Amino acid sequence: MLEIKNLYARINGKEILKGINLSVKKGEVHAIMGPNGSGKSTLSSVLVGNPAFEVTKGEVIYEGKNLLKLSPEDRSREGIFLSFQYPVEIPGVSMVNFMRAAVNEHRKYKGNEPVSATEFLKLMREKRAVVELDNKLAGRSVNEGFSGGEKKRNEIFQMAMLEPKLAILDETDSGLDIDALRIVAGGVNKLKTKENATIVITHYQRLLEYIKPDIVHVLYQGRIIKTAGPELALELEEKGYDWLKTEA
Amino acid sequence: MQDSNAIIDEVTRGDYKYGFVTDIDTEVIHKGLNEDVIRLISAKKNEPAWLLDFRLKAYHYWLTMEMPGWAHLNIPTINYGDIIYYAAPRKKAAKNLDDVDPELLKTFDKLGIPLGERKHLTGMAVDAVMDSVSVKTTYKDSLAEKGIIFSSFSEAVQHHPDLIQEYMGSVVSYRDNFFAALNSAVFSDGSFVYIPKGVRCPMELSTYFRINAANTGQFERTLIVADDESYVSYLEGCTAPMRDENQLHAAIVEIVAKEQAEVKYSTVQNWYPGDKEGKGGIYNFVTKRGLCEGKGSKISWTQVETGSAITWKYPSCILAGDDSAGEFYSVAVTNNYQQADTGTKMIHLGRNTKSLIVSKGISAGFSQNSYRGLVKIAAHAEGARNHSQCDSLLLSNTCGAHTFPYADVRNETAIIEHEATTSKISEEQLFYCNQRGISTEEAVGLIVNGYAKEVMNKLPMEFAVEAQKLLAVSLEGSIG
Repeated sequence: MLEIKNLYARINGKEILKGINLSVKKGEVHAIMGPNGSGKSTLSSVLVGNPAFEVTKGEVIYEGKNLLKLSPEDRSREGIFLSFQYPVEIPGVSMVNFMRAAVNEHRKYKGNEPVSATEFLKLMREKRAVVELDNKLAGRSVNEGFSGGEKKRNEIFQMAMLEPKLAILDETDSGLDIDALRIVAGGVNKLKTKENATIVITHYQRLLEYIKPDIVHVLYQGRIIKTAGPELALELEEKGYDWLKTEA
Repeated sequence: MQDSNAIIDEVTRGDYKYGFVTDIDTEVIHKGLNEDVIRLISAKKNEPAWLLDFRLKAYHYWLTMEMPGWAHLNIPTINYGDIIYYAAPRKKAAKNLDDVDPELLKTFDKLGIPLGERKHLTGMAVDAVMDSVSVKTTYKDSLAEKGIIFSSFSEAVQHHPDLIQEYMGSVVSYRDNFFAALNSAVFSDGSFVYIPKGVRCPMELSTYFRINAANTGQFERTLIVADDESYVSYLEGCTAPMRDENQLHAAIVEIVAKEQAEVKYSTVQNWYPGDKEGKGGIYNFVTKRGLCEGKGSKISWTQVETGSAITWKYPSCILAGDDSAGEFYSVAVTNNYQQADTGTKMIHLGRNTKSLIVSKGISAGFSQNSYRGLVKIAAHAEGARNHSQCDSLLLSNTCGAHTFPYADVRNETAIIEHEATTSKISEEQLFYCNQRGISTEEAVGLIVNGYAKEVMNKLPMEFAVEAQKLLAVSLEGSIG
């Protein structure tokens, strides 16, 4: 589904990614771990086409397409979803209007008619349940006045609405208490199918107790320095990253 | 980051949809302004002597005045001798005097203004004004059955001279300001509305102003009188062709609300704003004022200002009656090289009078957008209240947003509040929308409409959807 080959990227002239290679197949859950500043968030930003980052080398093939040639909105419409580490507030734009615009854009891209109001509200209700998102939150402006936990739940709610093929969860566990973590992770698991794939980016192994990865990668100084099975996450929890740094 | 600036820039470069010219035989008088021109206009309209007298007084007063220079506007010198003050589509010989030239019907049809009538008094009644004259007023007769007078100003002068003489100039005197004096001297047409006691006008009344002829100024007057316990909602829309030279539009709107009467006045102003380099466009210098004369009366102004090269406009309320209320809701959008200096005056004279001001400025490109407002509480205005909220949204680094709030409080029981915010659409917000599949263009539309929602919600249904689209279109290609 996703093939990253020798990817280099920079921001403000500073090289962050220095030759990433990664292959994700459908049905898989990948965890990307690593110490702060290793390039985890840069990788997710580059995959969704954040214009602040510049790709200097390498290629990314997604579903047979050259991903780097696609606009950010087309990447979304092609089924790539990013759960942001810091979801931005958009005052004045209600979640309902926002989601309807997003859903309709996705439908239009596939050549479908816009969703009817009743159908849409039904869909909202159904998907809200996935992350136990309060109806009141859905009526408010996008992320405005949401607590940290509510913002993350709202991200997974949007993921449920858009049903992506490839979901990238960027530090989705940060700022969550244990109950919220359980709900968010539960939401992600419910959305899991054999057809889609998930990349979980996290600093801690905590989230991986709830979302079980098939493959764990360690990112350090812009490169993947180790790839192994789920047992790697536990090992990292125990020993920290330092032993790998010396290996690198 | 440059990329997203470029994208935003792209998004806010919309095109003006109403820039066409109607090819129609138009009667124009020679350009320039003097007593003879005023006499000519008055004679064409077959006006009574008192009205000509009013015009001449205004003209002579105007000659002693200078253009106001206090607004935050850069107004090029206007040569008043180069303007044509009267232009009227010539009536073709028709069987029926009421028949309107099909070419004119086509024009208004193209503008989305219905000049046909249905059986029921629902929706909107229209007075359509092209250049200096009203070409058609719909539902006039059926409204008359309820005692409502809805007609062109010229007709009202003929048929209801007593009402015109009583109220014209009673809210905006010809001495009020430079443009009011000019308008009082040369005004040509506009609408007149009278709602009798206790009558609730069953449909929206509206006037649609269209400038068509070149080198012509449009000077219309609107007068609305709402008698005791009556209600009317009135809409005004306007467009003009795209031309390289600037054209002047200097209007007066007067509203009188008697005891417990309520008048809602909504404007969607979409005069040609000039091209992307700031060439051409309408100079929109307008005096709008309402008098809440009666106890418990209410006047509410709602305006969506997207057009004009320069806007100078302060719809105001004089709250004379005790317990009367004034409201001002405004969205002013400026893009490219447009300039707007707009706001309101709330003059509290009566006891327990209330006013509310909600102003939303949206600036893009190289435009300048100013809110200017006065809240005045007179010495006898016990228990007056005002709340003002002035927000600015900036879509580029090269535009300007300014707020000039004035307060003059002479009574210590007054409570006035003022809130102001300035914000920018951030790249993070746009990217967040992009990541959900929403294009930057649509994202700007969503955010701007969300920002302006509080005001847009005040518009009558007939206008709201159109106005929402207009907001998005005027900002197409404008973020930076």
